[in-house]
Amino acid sequence: MLGKYASWIATPLLLVLLVLIWEAYVTIFDVSPFILPGPGAVWDATLVLLSEPKTYSHIGITVYETVVGFLLAVVIGIVFGGVLGKIRWLERTLNPLIVGLQVMPKVALIPLFIVWFGFGPTSKVVLAAVIAFFPIMTNTILGIKSVESGHRDVMLALNASRWQTFRDVELQNALPFILTGMEVGIVLATIGAIVGEYLGGSQGLGYMAVATLNAFDVTSMFGVIFLLTILGLILYFAVVMLRRYVTPWHEAVASARDS
Amino acid sequence: MTSHDSVAQTPVTRALPDPMIRLTDVEQRYKTRDHDVLALTDVTLDIGKGEFLVLLGPSGCGKTTLLRIIAGLLQSTGGEVKIDGTPLWTKNTRNDTAMQELGVVFQEANLFPWMTIEQNIALPLKLRGVGKAERLARARELCATVGISGFEKRWPRQLSGGMRQRAAIARALSTRPKILLMDEPFGALDAMTRDAMNLELQRIWMETGCTVVLVTHSIREAVFLADRVLLLSPRPGRMDTLTEIEIDRPRTTYVQSSPEFQNYELALRQRLDSFA
Ligand SMILES: Nc1ncnc2c1ncn2[C@@H]1O[C@H](COP(=O)(O)OP(=O)(O)OP(=O)(O)O)[C@@H](O)[C@H]1O
Ligand SMILES: [Mg+2]
Repeated sequence: MLGKYASWIATPLLLVLLVLIWEAYVTIFDVSPFILPGPGAVWDATLVLLSEPKTYSHIGITVYETVVGFLLAVVIGIVFGGVLGKIRWLERTLNPLIVGLQVMPKVALIPLFIVWFGFGPTSKVVLAAVIAFFPIMTNTILGIKSVESGHRDVMLALNASRWQTFRDVELQNALPFILTGMEVGIVLATIGAIVGEYLGGSQGLGYMAVATLNAFDVTSMFGVIFLLTILGLILYFAVVMLRRYVTPWHEAVASARDS
Repeated sequence: MTSHDSVAQTPVTRALPDPMIRLTDVEQRYKTRDHDVLALTDVTLDIGKGEFLVLLGPSGCGKTTLLRIIAGLLQSTGGEVKIDGTPLWTKNTRNDTAMQELGVVFQEANLFPWMTIEQNIALPLKLRGVGKAERLARARELCATVGISGFEKRWPRQLSGGMRQRAAIARALSTRPKILLMDEPFGALDAMTRDAMNLELQRIWMETGCTVVLVTHSIREAVFLADRVLLLSPRPGRMDTLTEIEIDRPRTTYVQSSPEFQNYELALRQRLDSFA
């Protein structure tokens, strides 16, 4: 009973407390706004940012890069994961390559992507997609392979074709896994788009953060970071919400709904 | 030791003119890393059309192995299985026509959690290309047959174990198979539910006229359901005795307290104990 409402009260309280400590620290120790502006100043700067039309076009660019990159990663990740999950020898053959690509820091590829795709949003879309792709693909493979042996027996006894087994069992079994991969993927896609903007180009919130810093407007930079956080949260929870619609049958969904 | 003189236990099999299932010299070896296990050997048996055959035996004697061989889930390492005259395997290829005649129920219901109860029951028909309206109508009809009407739209996790097993039986029946294969289908249920399920299974079997092969650990369940009980002896699994259960149908729960029922039970119990 208490647990049900505790988080609704405790979480905002904690946030308020942190903001108060921040304000107190900045005031008591008279911290320079070039190092750490107070929460009030950041809030005002955010409101100023939101009153300027160009902010919205920057937000739009970042959202576009993140969402398109993410969707590409979802489609390609599920297709690759599906194929590799079904064809064991192919997965075994490609596994060293996949692991290699996975551990490679993708951010190091940004200069290359800029050479290939230019300073515009395309290079960021590609980076977001490449980073978000791996958790989605590996989770798809895991989901397909983790079909219970009892379920496999049922399909075997029903003389189902490989395609039927994939469509009605393996893919369905993989959905909760894919969604977990997507939750990780959307966070990575957001990071990919922003880091891409930091390092090259003249558009997006990542670029804005760098531009405000270069102008020694640290308070506005904090405002940009605040906006980025809100954006990241919205995108993340949009994906989390998807779970309810995609796998209404799943235990995790049912228990989340009941509590 | 004279109590079961009247019970006919035959170690020999008789060939039937037109069997539903014919097993000839079926043998199964499992190859493990360090040694081979002979799980089943010398199984030669004809199972008649419409017969209710129960496989009984101690744990590890190869009951599941034999059932999986009949179900086409396992290709035996020796011998042959014929379903209604058609070999189940030709070289390493399963025969689709033979497979079409089979419905299988496992110890676990094995319902797919992402399908509603009616979708689960209709799945075999979906795989055979039956249209949606038709197959869902059949699923609703089967829900009534197995006594879970009203639960068509529920998810499997919302049903009790007994109800899930009923749904699994409905799924196996959906294609109107000539043969129903069941591996300890009620093993996970409590005694009361189990009695009820036995009665229902008898009714369904009498209504559909299909051939049933059922695996169980329970002597009581075996005697209650079977036309014939095939007792398997362990290490390696082989046919021990066939017992004809000549009790009138439909059998009721009360028949279990009759002397003739208890005679069969005792005879099988003594035979089983002799393996230990
Ligand atoms: N996949 C396998 N690999 C190796 N050995 C196996 C395999 N499956 C079964 N066996 C062996 O074959 C023998 C028969 O097993 P089976 O599962 O058919 O017995 P069972 O009669 O169904 O037992 P229970 O009543 O406990 O279910 C056992 O000794 C078992 O260890
Ligand atoms: Mg078994």
